[in-house]
Amino acid sequence: MGRKLDPTNKVKRGPGRKSRKQKGAETELAKFLVDEDTEPKRLSSRARKRAAKRTLPPVQAKDKAEKEPPQKGFTDENSEWLKPVKRKRPADESDGEDDSDSQWEQEEDEEEENTGAGLKTEEADGGKEKDGDDDDGSDDDEEMVDDYGAMDDADGEELLPIERAARKQKKLDAAMEQDSDEDEDEEEEDEEAESGSEHADEEDTVQANIDEMDRFKLPDSEEREKEGVLPLDLQSIHQRIKDNVDVLSNFASKREEGKERTEYLSLLKKDLSMYYSYNTFLIEKLLDIFPVSELIDFLEANEIHRPVTIRTNTLKTRRRDLAQALINRGVNLDPLGKWSKVGLVIFDSSVPIGATPEYLAGQYMLQGASSLLPVMALSPQEGESVLDMSSAPGGKTTYMAQLMRNTGVIVANDASAERLKSVVGNIHRLGVTNTVICNYDGRQFPKVMGGFDRVLLDAPCSGTGVISKDPAVKTSKDETDIQRSAHLQKELILSAIDSLNAESATGGYLVYCTCSIMVEENEWVVDYALKKRNVKLVPTGLDFGKEGFTRFKERRFHPSLRLSRRFYPHSHNMDGFFVAKLKKFSNTVPTTSAGEPAEEENVPAETETPAPSKGSAKNPGSKVKTKKPLKVKADMAKKKVATNGTVAKNLPKKPTDVLKKKGIKDGRKKPKLAKEGTEMAKEVKVEEKKEEGSRFEKKMGKKKRKNLMNKNNRMGKNKFKKFKKMLSKEEVA
Amino acid sequence: MRPLTEDETKTMFEKLSKYIGENIKLLVDRPDGTYCFRLHNDRVYYISEKILKLATNISRDKLVSVGTCFGKFTKTQKFRLHITALDFLAPYAKFKVWVKPGAEQSFVYGNHVLKAGLGRITENTAQYQGVVVYSMADVPLGFGVAAKSTQECRRVDPISIVVFHQADIGEYIRSEDTLT
Repeated sequence: MGRKLDPTNKVKRGPGRKSRKQKGAETELAKFLVDEDTEPKRLSSRARKRAAKRTLPPVQAKDKAEKEPPQKGFTDENSEWLKPVKRKRPADESDGEDDSDSQWEQEEDEEEENTGAGLKTEEADGGKEKDGDDDDGSDDDEEMVDDYGAMDDADGEELLPIERAARKQKKLDAAMEQDSDEDEDEEEEDEEAESGSEHADEEDTVQANIDEMDRFKLPDSEEREKEGVLPLDLQSIHQRIKDNVDVLSNFASKREEGKERTEYLSLLKKDLSMYYSYNTFLIEKLLDIFPVSELIDFLEANEIHRPVTIRTNTLKTRRRDLAQALINRGVNLDPLGKWSKVGLVIFDSSVPIGATPEYLAGQYMLQGASSLLPVMALSPQEGESVLDMSSAPGGKTTYMAQLMRNTGVIVANDASAERLKSVVGNIHRLGVTNTVICNYDGRQFPKVMGGFDRVLLDAPCSGTGVISKDPAVKTSKDETDIQRSAHLQKELILSAIDSLNAESATGGYLVYCTCSIMVEENEWVVDYALKKRNVKLVPTGLDFGKEGFTRFKERRFHPSLRLSRRFYPHSHNMDGFFVAKLKKFSNTVPTTSAGEPAEEENVPAETETPAPSKGSAKNPGSKVKTKKPLKVKADMAKKKVATNGTVAKNLPKKPTDVLKKKGIKDGRKKPKLAKEGTEMAKEVKVEEKKEEGSRFEKKMGKKKRKNLMNKNNRMGKNKFKKFKKMLSKEEVA
Repeated sequence: MRPLTEDETKTMFEKLSKYIGENIKLLVDRPDGTYCFRLHNDRVYYISEKILKLATNISRDKLVSVGTCFGKFTKTQKFRLHITALDFLAPYAKFKVWVKPGAEQSFVYGNHVLKAGLGRITENTAQYQGVVVYSMADVPLGFGVAAKSTQECRRVDPISIVVFHQADIGEYIRSEDTLT
C-alpha cells in the first residue's frame, strides 16, 4: 500500500512549486538585464534627448523651460498625490537643494562615461550644458521611476524621448492644472516678473536660478489675498519660512529693495502660525522671546516628544540595580546626564515602562528631566520642614523626600483634590513617610502654616514650555490666559514667601518654577516678588540652562534675575522650564511694606498677612526704629488719602516709580524705600483684601502665632497697637 | 483626626498580628521617635509624633493624608489592610511566599497564587496564615492568606490555589482613587 506512494518518484515528476516560482522571477530578471545590456547600444536615452534638444529652435527650448518645472514629479495618474519631495520645492532653492542637484549631475556624468558614447564633447561645454542637465535631470528622474511601469507598454519604446515627454506633459497638464497654478506659479511668476528675459536661453535660466537661490521675494498683497482663498501647501510654506528667515538673519544684504522688515516679519508670523498651527498671539509672544532662527528650532522641537526619563527612588533601590533590572526586562536605557545621579533615559522598551513590577514596587518614578531641576535647586536638607505648594502628581515631592531621606516634614499641598489622589498613590508607592498632604488654595497657605525652611512653588502656568506634551496650548492660549496665570502666580509667590522662615538656620529658600517660557509668568513674577518682599535671588546651583532675562522689550528687571535659569526644548532637550531660587533674608521687612500703611491709613483691625505681625511681635524695638524716620512721609501720604480719596491713589504713583528704581539701585537694602514703593500697590490691595482678609485673618493669625512663635518676649497685639499709636502721636506733635 | 478607640485598636492589631505576629511591638516602640496610629476619614494612618503635631494645623476637611495609610475600617467596623501598609509589613513578616517570575504578573494583576507559580514558602506555614508575597528577587509584591499549609502545598496539583490574594502592588495603578 505504502509503496505506491513513493515520494522519490513524485519529486521527479516535475519542478516543485518553488522552482516554478523562481523561474518566473528569473525571466523577469532577465528582462531587466537585457534592458540594461541593450541600453548602451542604442545610444542612451539622454544622449538621444540631448541630440534632439540641440536640433530644436531656442524658442521651443524656452517654452519647455517655462513649462517644465510644474510637471516635475511622477508621471502616472498618481502624480497628484505622489510627489517627490525635493522636486516640489520652488526653483529658488536653498544650498542643500543645490547639492542634490549636483548629485544628479554627477550620476549622469558617470553614467555617460560608462556608456562610452561620444558625449564627451557635450560635457566640454561645461556651464552651458548644465542647465540642460537641470531640465534633463527631471526627465531622467521620470524615466527611472517609470522603468517598471512605462517600459512595459511597448509603445513607450517606440517614441522618441521628446515625444514621450510631450505626451506626458499633455497628460499632466490635465491632471495637474490646479496644482501647478497654486504651487509654482506664484513663486515662478514672481521670479519671472523680476528677471524678465532671463529665460531667453537656457544658460541664463540656470544662472538666474542660482542667483535667486539667495534672493527671496516677498509676495505682494494680491498674492497673499489669493492665498487666503487657496491655501498654499505646507511644503512651499516651509520653504518660504526658511527663505524668509534667511533674509531676516542678514537683512542688510538680502533684503528686497523698498521692503520693510515688518513686512517680512508679518509674512513670517503668518506662515509660522499656519505651518505649525499656532495662534498668532502665541507666535508673536514667542517671536519676542527668541530670535527668528532660534524660534524655528523651538517650534520644531515642540513637534517631537521629549525622551522618556525616570528617576530612581533611592529610598528603595540604587540606580545601578534598577538599571540592571530594567535591562533584564528588555528596556534600553542610559544615564540621564552628568548633572543627575538618579535619572535614566529610556530609549525604547519592550514592556510598558509605567507598569513593570519595579515601577509598582516603587523603585522609580516616571518624571521629566526638567522637573528634577527645581528640586535640585531647592536641595532640601535632612530634618528640614519643606512645603511643596502645588505638588500634584507628586514627582517633585517624592524627589524631595528622597533627598531628605524620609526625615523632617514635607507638606504637599495642591488646590485640586482630584489631582491629589495621584500624589497619595505615588507617595505611598515610593515609600515616603514624612509627608502631610493637604488640599488648600496656595494663596491661603501662610494663614494655615508658616515657618518653613524651604518652599517649592511649581506655579500653575500656561504651559508654553510643554507644547510637545499638550499641543492644545498652541491654539488655546491668549493674552488673558497669560495675564490670569501671571496674576495667580504673583499671589502665590507672595504667599510662598510669607510661608518661609527667614531665620531658619539652614534654609529660608524659595524655588519658583514654571513650565512656561513666557516672561510675564517668570521674570516678571520674580521681579514683582523682589519688590514686594525682602527676598533676593541666589544662584540656583544648576550649572546649565540659559540666564533669565534682565530686560525684555520695554521692561527692565532686577539685574540679579541673571541668576535664574531658563531651559528650552531645542537647546536642552527637556521641557521648557524656568527656575529661580530666592532667599528670604528678613521676616521683618514685609511689615513695613505690607503692614504699616494698612494700619496707618485705614483702620483695618489686622495686618495683611500673619507673617508681618509675627515679625513685629518678635522684635518690636527694632521695628519701631526703622519706622521712625518714615513717620512724616507716611503721614503726608495719609493726609493725601484723607483729603481726596480717589485722586490720591493716582497721585503718589510718580514718586513710587522713582523710588522703585532707586530701590533697585541701592540693592534694595533700605526697607523704607521699598516701603514707599509698594505703598501704592498695597493701598489697592489692602482694600480688596479687607473684606475677606479681616474676616478670617484674625483667627488664622492667632493660630499661627501660637504654632510658630512661642517666644516669650512677644507683645500682645492690642498692647503693641496702643504703643504704636502713642508713638505716632508723639511724632506728629 | 483622632486616636483609635480601644475596640478599633484591638481589631487593627489583631489583623496586623496575622502578618507580623509579635513584631507589632517594633512598630509602636521605635528607636527613632514616637510613632502612633491616628484615625482620619475611617482610615488609619501611621505617623511620627513630630509630623502629627504639624498636621494638627490643617483642618479636617482639607487634610488628605498624613504619614502612611495602613488600612481602613469598613462600615461594619472590620479592619481592612491596604497595600500601602506593605512597606511596614514586609520587613517584619513572619511567613513569606515567593512566586516565580512567570507568576509575578498574574499575582500583580490581582489573581491568587497557584501551586505552579509557587517558588518558595516559609516552612511550617499554617493554613489561613497571613503571608507576604515576594518575587524571586525579594521585591515585596503584596500579601494574602495561605490556602494550604506548607505540608499540603507539596502534594497538591499545580493548578490549585496556594495563596489567596488580598492586596498587591498593582492596586497602585488599578485603584489609585480608592487607595486611601
